Amino acid sequence: MSVKELHKATQSQEYFVNMGPQHPSTHGVLRLLLTLDGETITKVEPHLGYIHRSIEKMCEKDSYQQIVHLTDRMDYLSCHMNNEAVCLAVEKGLELEVSDRVKVIRTIMSELTRLSSHQLWWGVMGMDLGAITSFLYGFRDREMITDIFEETCGARLTMNYNVPGGVMFDIPANFQTKVKEFITHFRKKLPEYDQLMTNNIIFRNRTEGIGILTKEDAISFGVTGPSGRASGWSNDIRKSHSYSAYDRVDFKEIIRTEGDSFARYKARIDEMWESMNIIEQLIDNVPEGSCREKTKAVIKLPKMEIYQSVETARGELGVYINSDGKKNPYRVKFRSPGFSNLNALNTMAKGGKIADLVTIMSTIDLVIPDIDR
Amino acid sequence: MKAIINYIKEVVGGVKTLINGMKVTGYYISHPKEIITQQYPENRDTLNMVDRFRGEVIMPHDENNEHACTGCQACEIACPNGTIEIIQDRILNEETGKKKKTILKHVYHLSMCTMCNLCIEACPTDAIEMGKGFEHAVFDRSQLTKVLNKPGSKLRAGVEE
Amino acid sequence: MKFDIYDFSVLTASIHQLLGEMMGETAVMITEMVIVGIVFLTLFAILGLALVYAERKVCAFFQQRLGPMRVGFWGTAQTVADAIKLLLKEPLMTKSADKFLFNLAPFIIIVASFMAIAAVPFALGLQAIDLDIGVFYVTAVSSIGVAGILIAGWASNNKYSLIGAMRSGAQIVSYELSVGLSLLTIVVLTGSLQFSEIIESQREGWWIFRGHIPAFIAFVIYLIAGTAETNRGPFDLAEAESELTAGFHTEYSGMKFAFFFLAEFVNMFIIAAIGATMFLGGWMPLHFGGFTAFNEVMDFIPPIFWFLGKTAFLIFMMMWFKWTFPRLRIDQLLTLEWKYLLPINLINILIMAFIVLMGWYF
Ligand code: SF4
Ligand code: SF4
Repeated sequence: MSVKELHKATQSQEYFVNMGPQHPSTHGVLRLLLTLDGETITKVEPHLGYIHRSIEKMCEKDSYQQIVHLTDRMDYLSCHMNNEAVCLAVEKGLELEVSDRVKVIRTIMSELTRLSSHQLWWGVMGMDLGAITSFLYGFRDREMITDIFEETCGARLTMNYNVPGGVMFDIPANFQTKVKEFITHFRKKLPEYDQLMTNNIIFRNRTEGIGILTKEDAISFGVTGPSGRASGWSNDIRKSHSYSAYDRVDFKEIIRTEGDSFARYKARIDEMWESMNIIEQLIDNVPEGSCREKTKAVIKLPKMEIYQSVETARGELGVYINSDGKKNPYRVKFRSPGFSNLNALNTMAKGGKIADLVTIMSTIDLVIPDIDR
Repeated sequence: MKAIINYIKEVVGGVKTLINGMKVTGYYISHPKEIITQQYPENRDTLNMVDRFRGEVIMPHDENNEHACTGCQACEIACPNGTIEIIQDRILNEETGKKKKTILKHVYHLSMCTMCNLCIEACPTDAIEMGKGFEHAVFDRSQLTKVLNKPGSKLRAGVEE
Repeated sequence: MKFDIYDFSVLTASIHQLLGEMMGETAVMITEMVIVGIVFLTLFAILGLALVYAERKVCAFFQQRLGPMRVGFWGTAQTVADAIKLLLKEPLMTKSADKFLFNLAPFIIIVASFMAIAAVPFALGLQAIDLDIGVFYVTAVSSIGVAGILIAGWASNNKYSLIGAMRSGAQIVSYELSVGLSLLTIVVLTGSLQFSEIIESQREGWWIFRGHIPAFIAFVIYLIAGTAETNRGPFDLAEAESELTAGFHTEYSGMKFAFFFLAEFVNMFIIAAIGATMFLGGWMPLHFGGFTAFNEVMDFIPPIFWFLGKTAFLIFMMMWFKWTFPRLRIDQLLTLEWKYLLPINLINILIMAFIVLMGWYF
């Protein structure tokens, strides 16, 4: 046996593992084709399409009011922001200025949605890392927000609260007290999150230095949201293309430079604090006014193209509407944050272990229906 | 020597963070009052559904078995999922002697409804509204297709004006 | 000593005598073996059911839930219902699995824990076999279980199972060392490997109190390594639900899966029982030197309750770990063992030897 042959024979062999579409930590029906060398990942290839419902195509047959409720089903954890994005786009097309009251209500609801999304993410992240208890704690706090949602719009998850021109119902009488109650509760509970997970040495070791995404990579992959900001890329739509009432509140854009899993984790935790700040600034001064501008029963946009983006809990959601003057859009395209964020997975996970892949996946906070649409 | 001190510091610091975490869970196990479980079928009587809860589409009838649905089909058009089907016919009105469109069946496919509330918004006479029932499980899919107007019911007088 | 009234050896001796009057010597031995076997099988079933129930309740209360509540009073019959369900389930197997090994693996695991439990001293005179190398025997047979896990992972013909099995192999082989060494720390004190003698030596006080800090460190290390050896969280890498779906028992269903499940819980019991015996005085009541009245009151509690209480305490600690901490990664797991636990353990044992040599313990 020559040296070369010997070398070849002793080389370890790569093998493939299908992670998903039914796997506990892919959070849905994502299929990852892993190329492994032992437990070390050499390649991750996401395969999509297991929950494709052709929402974009369905939008082409729907009226503009009907499109809104479909977006609930994309990123169901930031459904309010998705609704808002479509409504803002339609209002832009109609050149309709909504009242201040609507703007403030939308902002508060968006931030509550962001909080609830991050709470769920925190719980699920703990579960992915093996600390199942955090899952229940995350849900416990999320429950208070869902209760507020239920009282405001009658649904807990797929809310369909925004309509072009405003919001479907006015906020209920006890909305303010309920929200304030939640904020005081959660300000007490959030440090507990740190105590249980953030400071835990095992957790630190599992996240620090894992799945590093450089700023350049983040920009070229279009990784937005807390994941992108953890790599040092300032991309908060709420700051750069302010919409609704974000221009009248004072909040920090959370930017971290490390770009590892812990930075992404911490960015979200800090964002929760910021969200609470935003809500507190607005909750006591919701302006008077109508909560819904009158629109025609059949909305027709002029022949035009509109692009409107909002900051969801996962990053930039863009809505592109191409209208040809009819009551249905000619083409609708959603730029979903999850899809772009997922693209960076291979770059981040290469060279890590299977356990690292799980960490990375939970820190980029995937919601599969958002990716597949 | 320094390395050894650092090593010990590392170990002690690590153990401290672990104990901190155990304090959190320890607090909850020693405070059973904080338990948040709701035992669902048992608490049915005390269960308080909010006013705006969207459970299913219903059509309220008054004591004379009359409803407010004119059969205008606005809800059918507004629904994004084809959940509502209005079946109507031209029926002779005895008083005026003219044939007039009258609703026979307001068919509602609960299995296709996404509780989006658009039909209720669209209805000009407020004939339908969102009901609070949420226990929709049945053994056969066909039971999910409902006729909202009760048999023998008719349009409340004065609604059409 | 007061608790001698609870001596079980009187009972066992009378049974032995009774049997001796009825049959020959060999027959007596065989009958006794059968009786002990039946007793342990029953114990296994009861332990499994009770521990699974306890785990579900404890975990629920950690998580602000109520846990099983429907079947029986406060869900007490839930685990029985689960066991019946598992019995009735179809045993599935992957198409190209190695049939013989696939079926063998659960039995190896269960036999390993069966063998280990034989040496556990439950109470005064209540011990299946009091080997003079008890500690050595338990550490030896408890590591047979890993063979079962490896076989299960290999025979399933599933990559997840195989990864889980390999992880488990690496883990148990490493942590075996720490368990052994931390037990040795106490053996240094007692000078004996026999469980009954180790317990007897704690008549004046438990080793965890009398052995100064080294004994305490050994106890903590034992608890960590013991948790790791039972493949429980935060060391449940072999199953690692969120990474490997269910690790080495992904492909098992029905009663064969129940065996793995049962073995995990019984192993936890064994680890806790050995820990209680070595560090917390086994079935010895709590004694403080000088407080005669207090000691006498303590003596009235039967030894079996002392033993079960201490074991339950250790099991609770292990559950507390599991329901609080995130899981380690495989390389961190090995780092923890080889870079932290093992060196600390070695130094600890040296210090202990020195203390014993100088006669500084009480
Ligand atoms: S709630 Fe929505 S989906 Fe249901 S019937 Fe009304 S419009 Fe259709
Ligand atoms: S329910 Fe309302 S919208 Fe629907 S057909 Fe009847 S009157 Fe028209």
